[in-house]
Amino acid sequence: MHNKTIAELTAGLKAGDFSSVELTRHYLNRINSLDEQLNSFITIVPDLALQQAKQADEQRAAGQATIINGIPLAQKDIFCTKDIKTSCGSKMLDPFISPYNATTIEKFNHSGAVMLGKTNMDEFAMGSSNETSWYGPVKNPWSLDTVPGGSSGGSAASVAARLTPAATGTDTGGSIRQPASFCGITGLKPTYGRVSRYGMIAFASSLDQAGPMTRTAEDAAIMLNVMAGFDSRDSTSVDEAVPDYTADLNAAMEGLKIGLPKEYFAEGLDDSVAKVIEAAVKEYEKMGAVVSEISLPNSHLSVPTYYIIAPSECSSNLSRMDGVRFGHRCEEPKNLNDLYIRSRGEGFGAEVKRRILIGTYALSEGFYDAYYVKAQKTRRLISDDFNQAFKEVDVIMGPAAPSTAFNLGEFSDDPITMYLSDIYTIAVNLAGLPGMSIPAGFVNNMPVGLQLIGKHFSEAKLLNIAHQFQQQTDWHKKVPALFV
Amino acid sequence: MSKLDKSDVEKIAFLARLGINDQDIPEYATNLSNILDLVEQLDSINTDEVKPMSHPLDSVQRLRLDEVTEVNDRDNLMAHSPEVEAGLFLVPRVVE
Repeated sequence: MHNKTIAELTAGLKAGDFSSVELTRHYLNRINSLDEQLNSFITIVPDLALQQAKQADEQRAAGQATIINGIPLAQKDIFCTKDIKTSCGSKMLDPFISPYNATTIEKFNHSGAVMLGKTNMDEFAMGSSNETSWYGPVKNPWSLDTVPGGSSGGSAASVAARLTPAATGTDTGGSIRQPASFCGITGLKPTYGRVSRYGMIAFASSLDQAGPMTRTAEDAAIMLNVMAGFDSRDSTSVDEAVPDYTADLNAAMEGLKIGLPKEYFAEGLDDSVAKVIEAAVKEYEKMGAVVSEISLPNSHLSVPTYYIIAPSECSSNLSRMDGVRFGHRCEEPKNLNDLYIRSRGEGFGAEVKRRILIGTYALSEGFYDAYYVKAQKTRRLISDDFNQAFKEVDVIMGPAAPSTAFNLGEFSDDPITMYLSDIYTIAVNLAGLPGMSIPAGFVNNMPVGLQLIGKHFSEAKLLNIAHQFQQQTDWHKKVPALFV
Repeated sequence: MSKLDKSDVEKIAFLARLGINDQDIPEYATNLSNILDLVEQLDSINTDEVKPMSHPLDSVQRLRLDEVTEVNDRDNLMAHSPEVEAGLFLVPRVVE
C-alpha cells in the first residue's frame, strides 16, 4: 500500500479496495515502527488523523469526496496548525500551540486530506542539512550516516521512506529542491506568491514559498491543485488564475527548448553528478527536445546577494519572538531588556543567531544602503539574467545540488561551505521563479536530482516536463532498502 | 569593509536583543566576518543604474479598505502565552 502514489491511492479509495482509516492506520504504523531511525517527525497526531480519515470515509460514502479525500499527508512544522504544537524546529516555539490554521492547512482540511503529523526541519528553515533543528538531525533514508538536506529534511525523508504518501515543504533558498534531490523525491517550489504564506512562519518574506514534496510529478500536480490560489490574508499573494495542474501532464516534449546554463556545470559540480544530469538531458533529447547552452552571467552573485537579503528579512521577522506574547520565556527576568535578551538567547540556536546578527548589522544605521539596497540591486541583475534566457528557451535544466547528500556533521562547523551547497537553487528564489527537483539517477547508491526552472507561473509546464521524464525512467520508483 | 571584532558582535547582539555566551563571541566574530567577506564580492559590480528589487514580481503592496475584518479572539490567542492576567501580557516593571 505504501508504494502507491496519491493518484493510485485515490483510485484504490474510489474502488473501495481500502478505506482512508485503513490507509491512515498503515502509515501511522510505519511511522511508529520506522521513524526512530530517521527522526523525520516532530509531532505525530494519530487521534486527529484517524478522526479525519473516518470523516473522509463518510464523505466518500455520501458521494462528497473531494480531490485529495482521505489521503494521509505530513505537514512541515512551519505551518501553523490549530491546537497542535507548531515548533518550526526551534526551542523558541517548543511551547507554541497555534491558535489558528495556516491557509495551506485549511485548504487541505477542506479537501478532505488527513494529517499524520508535523515534520522535522532546520530551525526556522535556516539550514541545508536539517542539523540545526532543536529536535535533532533527520537521517537520510538512503544512508543513515548522511543528511537528508534542508530545511524541509523531515518532509523529504518521510516521503522517501514511504512514511507518508506526500508532504508539504517550504523553499526560501532551495529548502524543497535540495532535500528532494538528496532523498530522491519530486519537489516543486512554485512561483513566489502562488501559494499563500498566511500562517507559514516567516523566514525571509520576499523569498519564502510553500510547495509539494511527493514521489511523482503527477502527485505534485494534485497537491498544487489544493495549495495554489489567491489569499487576501497574504499581502504578497498573487491574484492569478489557477489552472488544473494535472491537465497538461501528457503534452509531448517534441520541440521543447531546453537551456543548460554553463555556469551550473562549471567548477564546484561533482563530476559524477554532472554525468547523471547530462544523461537525464539526453533522455529529453530522445523525446524530441532541443538543447542549447545558455549563460546566466550573474550566477556567482546569488549566494552573496542571498546572504544579505535573507538574514535581513529574518532579523526583522524573528523580532516577534520576544518572550512576551508566545513561545519560550526565560526564568525570572530582571527587567524588560533582560527578558528579551535571555528569552531569545536561550530560545534560538547558533545558525539562527548568526543570521539574526548578520541581518541586524546589514540593516543598522549607516550600513543599510551598502548592504541591503546593494543586494536588492544585484538581485535584479540575477533576475534579469533569467528574463533574458527565457527569451530563447522554455525551460532551464541543471543540477539541484553540487553533490549527493553529505555526511552528518561534515559541514556543521563551516557555515560558508554549507551555504555554497545551495548555489544552484538560491537564484530561483531571488527571481521568484518556479523550480523543481526530480529524481534523475544515482551516484554510489545516493540519489541525484535534476533541477527544472521555468518562467513565472509556468508550474503546469514544469510538471508536464517532469511527468514526461517519469514516463521514460523509473528513478522515482526506487525505494531505500531499509524502507521497502 | 572592516572585519568585526568582539565589541562589534556585542553591540549588534544588543541591537538584536540577543543573548550570546561570552565564550562563543570569538566564533561569531569569525563567522560573521567570513560572511561579510563573501558578500564583499558585490562591491565589484557597478549597480548605479539598477533599480532595487524588493518584490520578485515587482508587485506593489495591495491596499484594502480600513474596515474591521477579524473577530476579537483574545482569549484564544492568549491561551498559550507565557504570562497573562486580565487580558494583558505581563512583563517586568518598566516604569518605576
